[in-house]
Amino acid sequence: MTKDQLIKPKLKTEEYFINMGPQHPATHGVLRLILTIDGEIIKNIEPDLGYIHRSIEKMCERDSYQQIVHLTDRMDYLSSHINNEAVCLTVEKALELEVPERVKVIRTIIAELTRIASHCLWWGVMGMDVGALTTYFYAFRDREMINDIFEETCGARLTMNYNIPGGLMFDIHPNFIKRVKEFITHFKTKIPEYDRLLTGNVIFQKRTKGVGVLSKEDAISFGASGPVARGSGVSCDIRKIHPYSAYTQVNFNEVLFTEGDSLARYKVRIQELWESVAIVEQLVDNIPEGDIKVDTKAVIKLPKGEYYQRVETARGELGVYINSTGTKNPYRVKFRSPGFSNLSVINKIAKGSKIGDLVAIMSTIDIVVPDIDR
Amino acid sequence: MTNQEIQQLVNSWSDKLEFSEEESEFLNVWVSKEELHSICEQLKTNRDLKFDYLFCVTGMDWGEELGVIYHLESTEFRHNIVVKVKTADRENPTLDTVSDIWLTAEYHEMEVYDFFGIKFNNHPNLKRLFLPADWEGYPLRKDYVDEVNMVIK
Repeated sequence: MTKDQLIKPKLKTEEYFINMGPQHPATHGVLRLILTIDGEIIKNIEPDLGYIHRSIEKMCERDSYQQIVHLTDRMDYLSSHINNEAVCLTVEKALELEVPERVKVIRTIIAELTRIASHCLWWGVMGMDVGALTTYFYAFRDREMINDIFEETCGARLTMNYNIPGGLMFDIHPNFIKRVKEFITHFKTKIPEYDRLLTGNVIFQKRTKGVGVLSKEDAISFGASGPVARGSGVSCDIRKIHPYSAYTQVNFNEVLFTEGDSLARYKVRIQELWESVAIVEQLVDNIPEGDIKVDTKAVIKLPKGEYYQRVETARGELGVYINSTGTKNPYRVKFRSPGFSNLSVINKIAKGSKIGDLVAIMSTIDIVVPDIDR
Repeated sequence: MTNQEIQQLVNSWSDKLEFSEEESEFLNVWVSKEELHSICEQLKTNRDLKFDYLFCVTGMDWGEELGVIYHLESTEFRHNIVVKVKTADRENPTLDTVSDIWLTAEYHEMEVYDFFGIKFNNHPNLKRLFLPADWEGYPLRKDYVDEVNMVIK
């Protein structure tokens, strides 16, 4: 070996595999990403799913329609109320039941509170993923107030089962309206605090601006929905396009940003907090009097046919497809979960970036693994 | 476009299509498996239709036949159509992939393959998505029996 070769050895890189997950703080659940890496540059991402797949769709085929509602809590557990609502709306659509106005309004208020709670959790964890621990405590402080309201009204904090086909399981707690108003007053002072703490932070901006850019065409083609698609300028809010429950009665804006990067997706969610607050404010003073449910038969049998209902969860579009042959069990149930389609964009937008950026991208896609692994 | 106009337009592409609006809120169209890819491509590219958003892909076992249901929407016009395709071959069911038309279909078709065993021609990466690679059988088929893991009352 010559002296020259010793001093300047010929450098050669080669691609290798690295596992991110299944137990990794940034995957927010049991998800394994198989990364092909060249140095620190990501060449390919292959998600390995199914660690917590329970085959809810198969379980539904053996259950009655009332029982199915309970299973859907366990998909996207941060939007549990909205998942329940989706199934109930599908069954009500099939039975041609018109639920009382009171039910619609209460469902919508709780759905929006669920959305706020979900976005709070996401914001806290997002900060933590990029290295700001404080956000977690701020967000959980506010989220706790919502969970307390839920607990008082329906007994559960997370997997609520408050909806039943035909209405609600119980009436709201006498304190409900007072506590929701207290929360709204409190929370309106806190969103600017979130902005001061994280949104304008230089380090945070550098970690997210221009990272993981998703174009509008790709967002549509990948079937992305929710804040992921709206960060790329795709108008896809089901509450606007196909309104359900009490969304026809309220004024709110669909939040759209066109940059398509992680920061845009972040901003969509922060703005959505304001919109959700506005929706709750409009409704909480005007909850109509009336029944909390329409009586259904103890054994619900849907008429033969196919039924589809779309709702907007905190993560995007949830679709419930029920195929009934007229018996007490569905013939086939399919849940089109937002997380599943949103995850599929990851290879496209994170290819070529560094592992550290992947963490920020994963955060802003905001996946909940049981939602993907139904 | 109204469902009727869509039906008229799509019907002019082929004489093997069957339309139905019964027992469903959408316009349904049955497509033969040979024509699936070309019809889907036209649904997306036709400038009066522009079905660019494939929001749901459902694998189905109708008892005798296996198949797939595609729910489509146009983000520009906001009209919908449901494309259905079936195959009678339960031993070795194959359909053409539409993942080159809508990228989201790649993952959804992997899911259908995983649970129904329908193979998709020209799919870029067809493999078990949720279940382990050595899993036997396709659990969402109606004739699937798993004596160990399945609780049947």
